[in-house]
Amino acid sequence: MAMLIATWKHCVYVFSTGLEDEVDTFQEEHERERHRGKRRDGERAKKKKRGNGEGRKRASRAGREEEKLQARREKKGRRKKSSSDQEAEGREGDEADQPTTKSSKAAKTRKNVKNEKTRKVEKEEKEDEADDEERNRKRKKKHGSNKKEENVEDGNTVKEKAGEVKKKKHKKVVETSSEKETSEEEDNEEEDSEEKEVRPETLTPEELEMLKEAVDERKKLIQGLRGKPWAMKKKLVTLRESQEFVDKYEGALGKGKGRKLYAYKVMMTKKWMKFKRDFENFKTACIPWEMKIKEIESHFGSSVASYFIFLRWMYGINMILFCLTFGLVMVPEALMGRPYGTIPRKTVPRAEAPSAMDFAVLWDFGGYAQYSVLFYGYYNNQRAIGWLKFRMPLSYFLVGVGTVAYSYMVVIRTMARNANESGVGDDNSFNFSWKMFTSWDYLIGNPETADNKFASITTIFKEAILEEQESRKDDNIHLTRFLRVLANFLVLCCLAGSGYLIYFVVRRSQKFALDGLENHTWWERNEVNMVMSLLGMFCPMLFDVISALENYHPRVALQWQLGRIFALFLGNLYTFIIALMDEINLKREEENIVKFNITTWEASHYNISASENSTSPPVTIQPADVPRGPCWETMVGQEFVRLIISDTMTTYITLLIGDFLRAVLVRFLNYCWCWDLEAGFPSYSEFDVSGNVLGLIFNQGMIWMGAFYAPCLPALNLLRLHVSMYLQCWAVMCCNVPQERVFKASGSNNFYMAMLLVILFLSTLPAIYTIVTIPPSFDCGPFSGKKRMFDVIQETLESDFPAWFSKVFSSASNPGLVLPFILLMVLAIYYLQSTSKSYKEANVDLKKKLQTMNNTKVEMVES
Amino acid sequence: MGNKQTIFTAQQLDSYQDCTYFTRKEILRLFDRYRDLAPQLVPLDYTCQPDVKLPYELIGSMPELKDNPFRQRIAEVFSDDGEGNMTLDDFLDMFSVMSEMAPRDLKAYYAFKIYDFNNDDFLCKSDLEKTLNKLTRNELTEDEVRMVCEKVIDESDLDNDGRLSLEDFQTMIVRAPDFLSTFHIRI
Repeated sequence: MAMLIATWKHCVYVFSTGLEDEVDTFQEEHERERHRGKRRDGERAKKKKRGNGEGRKRASRAGREEEKLQARREKKGRRKKSSSDQEAEGREGDEADQPTTKSSKAAKTRKNVKNEKTRKVEKEEKEDEADDEERNRKRKKKHGSNKKEENVEDGNTVKEKAGEVKKKKHKKVVETSSEKETSEEEDNEEEDSEEKEVRPETLTPEELEMLKEAVDERKKLIQGLRGKPWAMKKKLVTLRESQEFVDKYEGALGKGKGRKLYAYKVMMTKKWMKFKRDFENFKTACIPWEMKIKEIESHFGSSVASYFIFLRWMYGINMILFCLTFGLVMVPEALMGRPYGTIPRKTVPRAEAPSAMDFAVLWDFGGYAQYSVLFYGYYNNQRAIGWLKFRMPLSYFLVGVGTVAYSYMVVIRTMARNANESGVGDDNSFNFSWKMFTSWDYLIGNPETADNKFASITTIFKEAILEEQESRKDDNIHLTRFLRVLANFLVLCCLAGSGYLIYFVVRRSQKFALDGLENHTWWERNEVNMVMSLLGMFCPMLFDVISALENYHPRVALQWQLGRIFALFLGNLYTFIIALMDEINLKREEENIVKFNITTWEASHYNISASENSTSPPVTIQPADVPRGPCWETMVGQEFVRLIISDTMTTYITLLIGDFLRAVLVRFLNYCWCWDLEAGFPSYSEFDVSGNVLGLIFNQGMIWMGAFYAPCLPALNLLRLHVSMYLQCWAVMCCNVPQERVFKASGSNNFYMAMLLVILFLSTLPAIYTIVTIPPSFDCGPFSGKKRMFDVIQETLESDFPAWFSKVFSSASNPGLVLPFILLMVLAIYYLQSTSKSYKEANVDLKKKLQTMNNTKVEMVES
Repeated sequence: MGNKQTIFTAQQLDSYQDCTYFTRKEILRLFDRYRDLAPQLVPLDYTCQPDVKLPYELIGSMPELKDNPFRQRIAEVFSDDGEGNMTLDDFLDMFSVMSEMAPRDLKAYYAFKIYDFNNDDFLCKSDLEKTLNKLTRNELTEDEVRMVCEKVIDESDLDNDGRLSLEDFQTMIVRAPDFLSTFHIRI
């Protein structure tokens, strides 16, 4: 018995050392394959020492077994070789023999002789040795002759079939490869005896511990097997061996009791994995416009596609915003609030009623559109509506805040993710390598796309080469500097001019508004929007011309161009807002007058009814007849909606005229023209990525600004984005040509995001300012009757929450607590920033060290 | 396992599932795909390990591979005999590595082997040139090709031996943003 235990201990030890090798890195595997390859080249003798270091440990312990094993293995290798002599390269399927390779006896004996000679050569092949040793151990007691093993091997297929019947013995059925030295009978004997041998009570705790570790490692191996870069045959063999081992010894460890539970757990993990994978597949299938974008990508490259991806991303955000406003504000008010016509704010005034249904009025969002859920003024200040007791004003306020908060969160998270992705390496450190090794898309399974991909890869390389060359050349610096200063001066003039123009136009429109809109032409009524759209259309072109002076590197030029357009749009938007503020102030003055009038009107009305007859029911006044204030919130909302509409229209019309009509003219006039239109002057238009992205960003900024006063804005924007997706996809595919110089967009992704963030901040600023400082109108909107809009929070806290809660809230919002908190946050930001900086430095340092170390290594080898 | 299929035994299927990133259904589907390439060659019974190899011409004509400039290399790397003739095991192995579930390291290892045209376990200049010419269908001039290859070695060769070893390749490829999404065949 003692001997048995000793043997067993030994085998466990051997086994675990074997495992260390087995759980090796890919590099080692690679090394080994390399040797094998070289061996095939016939330099076999030189590498005797290879792998000795790793093998030594084991060799000392289990030298005899190992030799035997290697002998066997080598022999098999030989046989394999003889069966496919011609292969000079490629992977050798390790010790994989086809079961059906029925080699002749003569060949076997020859190999045996060979085997004796080259016994020690095979040290490298150790990843399977652990398994073999396990088997070896079994065989140790008997004298397994090579001859017999061969016979067994040949008869393998027969045994497999027999094994199928016996389901409990896993391995016999799975045997698919050559290493089937033990016959079935022997196995049975072996296992029986082993099961007798290994009884937990006969083992010391350390041994148990070791065994446990070995089993665990085996299990780990089974789990990680699919990630090993081995040929399938080897994997199958390893799997079989490991399962055998685990099956055998798990029972000894007492884990066998919970086998059912374990099996259940395994099944559940598998199910879970499958579910996760299915869900992932489902998620990818749900991404809209993927094929459209892929198609555009294959024609126009990643930068044009990046615009559409950005558009899709924006669509997603707007979808969420739309769901928020639609689900929590518009629908509850429409379903549960008081219906149209019950109170003055929900009724078209008598004076406007005749024209309220005219298309021109509706198009301007006046008439019935103005007195509907689309705008702020329609909402009632009733605290709770419907049988659900829905807190309408609170919901309105929270949705407004939530919209902004959600947008901030999404934008910042996306920025962080982008920075993570690009920030792993230095941005351009592997520029060419990546282009070479990751640019082919293995998914491509369509000859046309493949053609496009080939073309686009060629262009990408050409661009990269061009860029590389451009970074080397330098020109007359003084001239360039002068031209750049000049260009910036011209751009500033443009910006100032456009700002003044807008201010002038807005002022003029206020004058028109005072006169009454009916007396003016269509142009005069829509002057502001038109001028803004036209400026947005033509100024970028002007900037483009000016930037030709500067002679920047195209990527830098693109960023300058973007920055300028950004400044232009921003200036325009802010001029517009300032003008709006003026108007708000005018309205509020008007409101005061109306308020005074209303009190006198009500008093007179009351007096009349009181004086006539005190018992008679009070005269019912039609809500349409009640005088009302101007409701500046609705006015602001209307302005924004109009702006969005006109902006959308201009975009579409420019698209149709500038791209489609031009393409049609160029295409068909080319037959009867004196020069080549397609190649020469007008040519087809290119897709202007930066301009389009900026347009999108500013559009979004207007949405954020106006969404509080016009809950319909996200819906409108959703519609717009949806239409532009299809329209622009079509326009790009049918009338644009690929850009001559495409630059990869992933670098500028965060640039766009940064602009979006700035716009988000700048557009929430005026909205928040109006919400916080200007008192709401007295007779329209969910906050009417309150001093400030945010009073709704206070009110909810007081009436809907227990008293202690509002106490806690008020003490938490006291400056003594808030200021230290802000200070803490600032400190945290500073700390995080400085640590990230030091990490970056350490990273660069390590990289340098690695390089120098490698250099010295190379030098040492050379010397 | 009430499903009646006699191609594999349940144990075979289980072990295939442990050795690849596929589910039972996917393995059976892959077998169908494999068999469709040459119905007269591939038997419907794999329980007794028939020794069947499909020649490269058939493997390379699969729609998933036929437009890939590296199809021959892929088949060679994953085939047992190094010539692109594949058994079912090799076939499963190939698509398992190329599936989206396979980890980055595994993919990088095989990508390296694919780009290593002369099997010398280093990406040397000739390998890079071949890769580039296959990628661009020989549309770059010799100068350009040379320059790009020099740049690649310049960037990625950390030990300065003038060629890329597996380690160099891995350090480079793990940082590549779109390696995982492009080195992937959906079947």
